[in-house]
Amino acid sequence: MEGEGALHVTVRDGVVERADLQIYEPPRFFEALLRGRGYTEPPDITARICGICPVAYQTSACNAIEDACGIQVGGAIRELRRLLYCGEWISSHALHIYLLHAPDFLGYPDVIALATDHRDIVERGLLLKKAGNAILELVGGRAIHPINVRVGGFYSAPGRARLDRLAEQLRPALDAAIATVHWVAGFDFPDLELEHELLAVHDPARYAIESGTSVRRSAGPNFAVDAFSNHVVEEHVPHSTALHAGLDGGRYLTGPLARYTLNHEQLSPLASGLAADAELGEMCRNPFLSIVVRAIETVYAVEEALRLIEEYQPPEPSYVAVPARDGVGHGVSEAPRGLLYHRYGIGSDGLVRSATIVPPTAQNQAAIEDDLRRIVSANLHLDDEALAGLCERTIRNYDPCISCSTHFLDLTVERR
Amino acid sequence: MLDCEDELLALAGRVRIAHFLEASSAVQPGPYDVTLVEGSITTAADAERIRRIRAESRVLVAIGACATAGGIQALRNFGDVAEFASVVYARPDYIETLATSTAVADHVAIDFELRGCPIDRRQLLEVLTAFLAGRKPDLPDTSVCTECKRRGLTCVMVAEGTPCLGPVTQAGCGALCPAYRRGCFGCFGPMAKPNVAALIPRLREAGMSEGEVDRVFLTFNAATKGWSS
Repeated sequence: MEGEGALHVTVRDGVVERADLQIYEPPRFFEALLRGRGYTEPPDITARICGICPVAYQTSACNAIEDACGIQVGGAIRELRRLLYCGEWISSHALHIYLLHAPDFLGYPDVIALATDHRDIVERGLLLKKAGNAILELVGGRAIHPINVRVGGFYSAPGRARLDRLAEQLRPALDAAIATVHWVAGFDFPDLELEHELLAVHDPARYAIESGTSVRRSAGPNFAVDAFSNHVVEEHVPHSTALHAGLDGGRYLTGPLARYTLNHEQLSPLASGLAADAELGEMCRNPFLSIVVRAIETVYAVEEALRLIEEYQPPEPSYVAVPARDGVGHGVSEAPRGLLYHRYGIGSDGLVRSATIVPPTAQNQAAIEDDLRRIVSANLHLDDEALAGLCERTIRNYDPCISCSTHFLDLTVERR
Repeated sequence: MLDCEDELLALAGRVRIAHFLEASSAVQPGPYDVTLVEGSITTAADAERIRRIRAESRVLVAIGACATAGGIQALRNFGDVAEFASVVYARPDYIETLATSTAVADHVAIDFELRGCPIDRRQLLEVLTAFLAGRKPDLPDTSVCTECKRRGLTCVMVAEGTPCLGPVTQAGCGALCPAYRRGCFGCFGPMAKPNVAALIPRLREAGMSEGEVDRVFLTFNAATKGWSS
């Protein structure tokens, strides 16, 4: 009973007038039902928003609640949080690349069909995904909806010996990740350059994943995390349950293309070298190339996980106390599909007064819609079935969260 | 299913996946031998659709806390859905939804259910393996405590005074939370005949306030019977 998508296109005299992407995922009301819950509960509850990126929800929630309570989590606990998040990036990117996106480029309906001709390639993808899940399972306790994350840190921290065994599993995954970049860089990419503004979390010290000190944009100065809602405003359009966000009133994009373009100078030498091999350049504004950026970020995340394991000292205790206080807190992190913002108002009684969650899907929706308008305009000569297939691919450039529905995009073209 | 890295290709060799929109654009028409349904019923269209799916499926399995218990979004059942919509949406008039979020079994007959938020992938493989072998799936109906004892874990409630729902929660996760020195928070829902009345004083002794006791039962399986009183 999952969400579905539909695209309604109106064409007049051979020109696309409107392209409305409808997402009719039934409303789940998270922001409403969080009110009155204990301030330590949002990491567990909001994880359930997504089965592919639960760590992102847990991390942005922890960042926001710790901010509201005036606590900064640093040192070994923060490094363990980054390691857990690397696990999610590896697992989610491998899933997106191999199981959802690559079959599009190679003309297969799904990964099972791809495996009948290229079993070794699919096995490489599964090995990579499993390595990411191994991090999630060890540090988080479970690959989907980890149970070990709490406000202030972790319920328990893994010992050195268990991480050493994890490192053994990650070393072959690094080779698989490098091979993935070479593989996807050889795909055939349609020409497309989008002019949307780009938005990503920024950390002056390293490629932003689990937190950052500011939000960086392509056409304006950085702004502070707590100024997020001064710039990003969600609007409600009649044709979709998912809200549309605007950046100072304009369309914008968050996710791999934004992270790469805004923060690529902070990638590792290995990841930067692979980006150069793949001819990505200083900017990447072709959404079809998001699969290449995901592959490069996977290399970075595996390397970063190995580095974090090598330098790991188990935090003792495994969390810092975060006493409740009256306040409002803001938290961001880079979910695999883009910036994820949480804001909580907390009372001195330790109960959540208000909750705001701005997921990447809502932020990207206007840009995806614009992208679909261009794709349809340029391909009006195709029949509706071929056009629907192209639109599904276009959506999968961004998001499997929408592509839950977009393997069966209900396309209607009204030609007047 | 996409998290079964070691088994996915072997499984794909034994079954034909006919309709899996997240992972495949090749959709086969019904009828189907086995249908796995996740998600709860929150719109009139969902209610209609699940009846169609039931009619087309020989075996219908509800998987996950949303499908088996209405999920976290069933908290609306205890509130006012119009008020919820006004908090989340600028234009609540654009939102069409039922006042409740309910389990699949509240609408159609189901053959099996896999509990949990999320389900345990070993249980999913057990149901599919049992189907292929023509036998009944072997799923536990005991409490998380039995899994905890089997793993040889120290009881977090007895040894550390940590509140834990293990004694009343259905087994299936492998006692994950106690292994991480955390109390069980019940994401697999109530076991058969849970003795909630006996547990509540222990939760209070362990330091949970009345509000916390209420909330821990009102989470991912809030609307299910067994904990409701």
